[in-house]
Amino acid sequence: MSTRLERRPKARSLFDRKILVTAMWDSFRKLDPRGQYRNPVMFICEVGALVTLGFFLRDLRTHGPAGFDFAISIWLWFTVVFANFAEAVAEGRGKAQAEFLRRTKTDTMARRIVGGREEMVPATSLRKGETFAVIAGELIAADGDVIEGAASVDESAITGESAPVIREAGGDRSSVTGGTRVLSDRIVVRVTSNPGETFLDRMIALVEGASRQKTPNEIALSILLAGLTIIFLIAVATLSPFSLYAGSAQSVTVLIALLVCLIPTTIGGLLSAIGIAGMDRVLQRNVLAMSGRAVEAAGDVDTLLLDKTGTITLGNRRATEIILAPGVSEEIAARAAMLSSIPDETPEGRSIVTLSAPRAADGQSAAAERDLRALVPAGSTFVPFSAYTRMSGLDLPGGGSIRKGAPDAVRAWVRERTGDGAAVLADDVERIARSGGTPLLLADDRQILGAIHLKDILKPNMSDRFARLRNMGIRTIMITGDNPLTAATIARESGVDDFLAEATPETKMALIKREQESGRLVAMTGDGTNDAPALAQADVGVAMNSGTQAAKEAANMVDLDSDPTKLIEVVEIGKQLLMTRGALTTFSIANDVAKYFAILPAMFAIAYPAMNALNVMRLTTPQSAILSAVIFNALIIVALIPLALRGVAYRPRGANAVLRTNVLIYGVGGIIAPFIGIKLIDMILAAFHLV
Amino acid sequence: MTGIGWLQALILFGLVLVAVKPLGAFMARVFQGESTFLTPVFAPIERMIYRLCGVDPKEEMPWYTYLFATLAFSAVGLIYLYVLLRTQAFLPLNPQKFGNLAPDLAWNTAVSFVTNTNWQFYAGENTLSYLSQMVGLAWHNFTSAAVGIVLAIAFIRGIARTDLRTLGNFWADMTRCCLYVLLPISIVGTLLLVWTGVPQNFHAYETVTSIDGFHQAITGGPMASQEVIKELGTNGGGFIGQNSAAPNENPTPLSDLFELWLLLVIAAALTYTFGRMVKDQRQGWALFIAMSILFFVGLVVAYASEAAGNPIVHQLGVLGGNMEGKEARFGIAASSLWAVATTATSCGAVNAMHDSFTALGGLIPMLNIQLGEIIFGGVGSGLYGKLIFVILTVFIAGLMVGRTPEYLGKKIERREVQLAILFILITPLFTLVPTAIAAINPAGLATLGNSGPHGFSEILYAYTSATGNNGSAFAGLGPNLFYNVSMGIVMFFGRFAEFVPMLALAGALAGKRAVAASAGTFTTHSPIFVGLLIGTILIVGALTFLPADALGPIVEHLLMIQGKTF
Repeated sequence: MSTRLERRPKARSLFDRKILVTAMWDSFRKLDPRGQYRNPVMFICEVGALVTLGFFLRDLRTHGPAGFDFAISIWLWFTVVFANFAEAVAEGRGKAQAEFLRRTKTDTMARRIVGGREEMVPATSLRKGETFAVIAGELIAADGDVIEGAASVDESAITGESAPVIREAGGDRSSVTGGTRVLSDRIVVRVTSNPGETFLDRMIALVEGASRQKTPNEIALSILLAGLTIIFLIAVATLSPFSLYAGSAQSVTVLIALLVCLIPTTIGGLLSAIGIAGMDRVLQRNVLAMSGRAVEAAGDVDTLLLDKTGTITLGNRRATEIILAPGVSEEIAARAAMLSSIPDETPEGRSIVTLSAPRAADGQSAAAERDLRALVPAGSTFVPFSAYTRMSGLDLPGGGSIRKGAPDAVRAWVRERTGDGAAVLADDVERIARSGGTPLLLADDRQILGAIHLKDILKPNMSDRFARLRNMGIRTIMITGDNPLTAATIARESGVDDFLAEATPETKMALIKREQESGRLVAMTGDGTNDAPALAQADVGVAMNSGTQAAKEAANMVDLDSDPTKLIEVVEIGKQLLMTRGALTTFSIANDVAKYFAILPAMFAIAYPAMNALNVMRLTTPQSAILSAVIFNALIIVALIPLALRGVAYRPRGANAVLRTNVLIYGVGGIIAPFIGIKLIDMILAAFHLV
Repeated sequence: MTGIGWLQALILFGLVLVAVKPLGAFMARVFQGESTFLTPVFAPIERMIYRLCGVDPKEEMPWYTYLFATLAFSAVGLIYLYVLLRTQAFLPLNPQKFGNLAPDLAWNTAVSFVTNTNWQFYAGENTLSYLSQMVGLAWHNFTSAAVGIVLAIAFIRGIARTDLRTLGNFWADMTRCCLYVLLPISIVGTLLLVWTGVPQNFHAYETVTSIDGFHQAITGGPMASQEVIKELGTNGGGFIGQNSAAPNENPTPLSDLFELWLLLVIAAALTYTFGRMVKDQRQGWALFIAMSILFFVGLVVAYASEAAGNPIVHQLGVLGGNMEGKEARFGIAASSLWAVATTATSCGAVNAMHDSFTALGGLIPMLNIQLGEIIFGGVGSGLYGKLIFVILTVFIAGLMVGRTPEYLGKKIERREVQLAILFILITPLFTLVPTAIAAINPAGLATLGNSGPHGFSEILYAYTSATGNNGSAFAGLGPNLFYNVSMGIVMFFGRFAEFVPMLALAGALAGKRAVAASAGTFTTHSPIFVGLLIGTILIVGALTFLPADALGPIVEHLLMIQGKTF
């Protein structure tokens, strides 16, 4: 177990040589009709290729137009292969990642704890609910929650990030993932998933695309494409008797060529590649989407709930000022602030200690942190902050207590004890709140001692991002435990659209439901166990990888970097995914106009020479016209693979502006492009005397 | 093309435009059960009808019940008309002593009128008794039109309602439609037509001696009342074979203008009704504008090619536009206008013979129908057809802006796309497949009036007209058992097969929750959306029918330029 843990490789180039070579082979393997039939458009194309191949073979015996039939057949096969190639390339990167992750799943031994004693068992025998211990240097054998101890863990195998993270019992950073390595200390973990259902297993299945199902929108689009295919099937099939009437019977090869050119092969061939590539783009951002449906839903999001801390502001607020209540000396207030904050490991708590220690007599003399800890009376119990009490503090052994926290919570706490304290420092609290800071009140059992001013530090450039979201039609709501005044100021400064102040899990849940009832799709990020119900209720829930197992289970995406602003990128990817589908559908259908102008005059050139007036591209011969259209139809798939995999260019703008641009590029462009393309191919064919 | 010619078109369009808002708003009130200025007159009759029929007008129907009621109502009507036509010789009001219709012709005619097609493989003046005209055809002229309108209303309700499973009450909608909308306009319109000279009597035909000594029978009968609803309900079945080209059906330029107005007005006004019922008038106007643009594009092409005339005829020394098959009373402009209007709606009444139009002039009426009868479309059927194209356009456009597409707050998902595409499949299926069968079948070729591409156009036009429930004809095609039966089948499915996906779609939409609009939602009344809608309609329509049209009117046009004719 001494080998160094390999880091999960990040973004391999889309067109990595190795991926391309594998994809090449896969695109032929995918010709198997048992798989191909799931894509009706390309299946018809393949049947056409097979039938024309049959005609070519017959021609060889009967001296028919073998060269022409062969050329058409070959290019129809290419059409199918190119489409398969697009899908295979899209799958390639995920497959490479899955291969790596599989290597991580080595057979590990685990120290299972049974009746207080450790025994070595294979990791695969661990079951949900059992506990095991891990010491520094060992791989964690299974997914679970830390129930004892704290450790730094190297999660690079999963996240690709080499900086170790802290995992500790209790709180919101308790979850550990099987396959990651403990670097220091010893922790005891309760198993939360059985072998085969672990995070790593799910991740492998997801990146590999094994569990890939068509998303709702993809299905709807497939139905549309199938419908169009049937319409063209009718149009082309009836053309055969029509041409008999006109005294110009058409060969099956020509009819098949026309059919394949008309059915939406461009989008039909690239559709699944677009979906897979979209999922892959999400993964490249280090977000693990549990389903394609979730990514698609992200594109539809109307309302984004963002936690203030960590998303809009930097996590650490700093205490900058202690305001004394009337009749309270600085010494007493500072000492109380210091004592209540010494056991508080949060950055806020530390900053209070830094601010208050020099002002308290004994704090001044304590040289180091260890000395400070000694100042806390033995037998005191620390009361940690919770979302319900919104206070933290210290219960002293003698029966006295100190509390600091949200002003209304502290006032209520004091009132409970003394029946008074309503208005003390009210003005100062409000001033702090208005300035965008967080006011904390400090009190002991007898009175309110003072107010602490915590300053929020806004993350840079957030207002730009919110403006971008607004342009996309997405409303942002900041969620904070702060009081309404503080929240309003931060909301104003950061440019967020709305806020929910003094949020509790219940109010958060109620907000989500309210938004959903008025017909909006809601996305949120969360990490705590508290967040789990809301994450499950939201249409798109992104859990932080650092969060609890409960949160990760409830969410439909997990952000491996634990970066709450990532949600914005996921929304963009979701939109880009749909846009790419729409753009290529429009392009594909618009292409048909030019193909008609190439093929129809060619078909009836003999029966009705006048029809040559429709040969606006002046294509050389009827054969070259039909062949050029078929070749263009095949090559356009290859030409569009990069677009399908990268997604169409996305700029956050209003829907009408986006629609205008895309209609121009893909609609009008889609009508014009094939006229040029088919003409060029025809010129090349003619120049080399290929027809 | 002349200024006077265009002035006629603009006057007509202006008169329709003026009526859109008042009539549209009136229909919205009628179908939402609100009171109108006609309520005092018709409410007692309405209540009496409900009591007699045992209908509770407040009872709401889910889509399948609504569908069942529609189909049952139409089925009974079909059998009733068939029996009537087969027995008219034994029944009263038959001064000309016409015999019973043959089974295949009775079937064709019965289906034709039940489906609002009014394809006529007979000439009314020498086939049908006054009774058959009045209680047979006229009944269906009213009810088949009403069926179209109420289905459109049901479809609008599907879009407008949220989280509901029902679309209204078919029987109440039918009653209201006939009583408050069709009857009053018909009564006033009949008087107007009688004033312009259309006969309205029960006499036997008058025999007169013309100046050059020939004896001629002047057709009479209850014609004016038939004429009004023929246009108003986009039915199109003429009292006499010549239809509105005949001087007694359409005597003056004024009657011509009025009849044109009648055949456009309800289909146009329903867009306003739609806007009113979905509480966003701009959505209605967007549809109206899209319809108007397609209408005028068709008119420009048709009028231009009729006015340009036929170079072959020019070489013979007869200059000017193509007057073949046109009434000298109406001329090229009014005939082109009528041809475009009657096919842009699914009316099918004619004041000139489409068969005699130039190739491109004849292509436009055909293409108008092939697009799915949605330019204005049949009364009602045009609106729901259009809305289904809107849904398809919304789906494609929605993808392009990166959001699950939605129309008026309703998400367009798998089921909606499925039903919409099923609906759109019906027109090509029932137009092209029977045309293909007829084109290589001796029975199909037996009664063709012409050979070559023009003969093909006649077959294609017939099935196009039957599927689109238009009823106008390229006159060259004659009736026989094959066409009587097959066109009956095509008309039947062209109408009723569409009802199923359409109402199912309405039901699916009604059951949906509305989603809120945001800057991420594209507007469906913007010029770009109207452009995209027109593009979708043209591309889907053109791509489907271009090969067939290429072998008919298009190649005929190209040959005509080269001096070849058929």
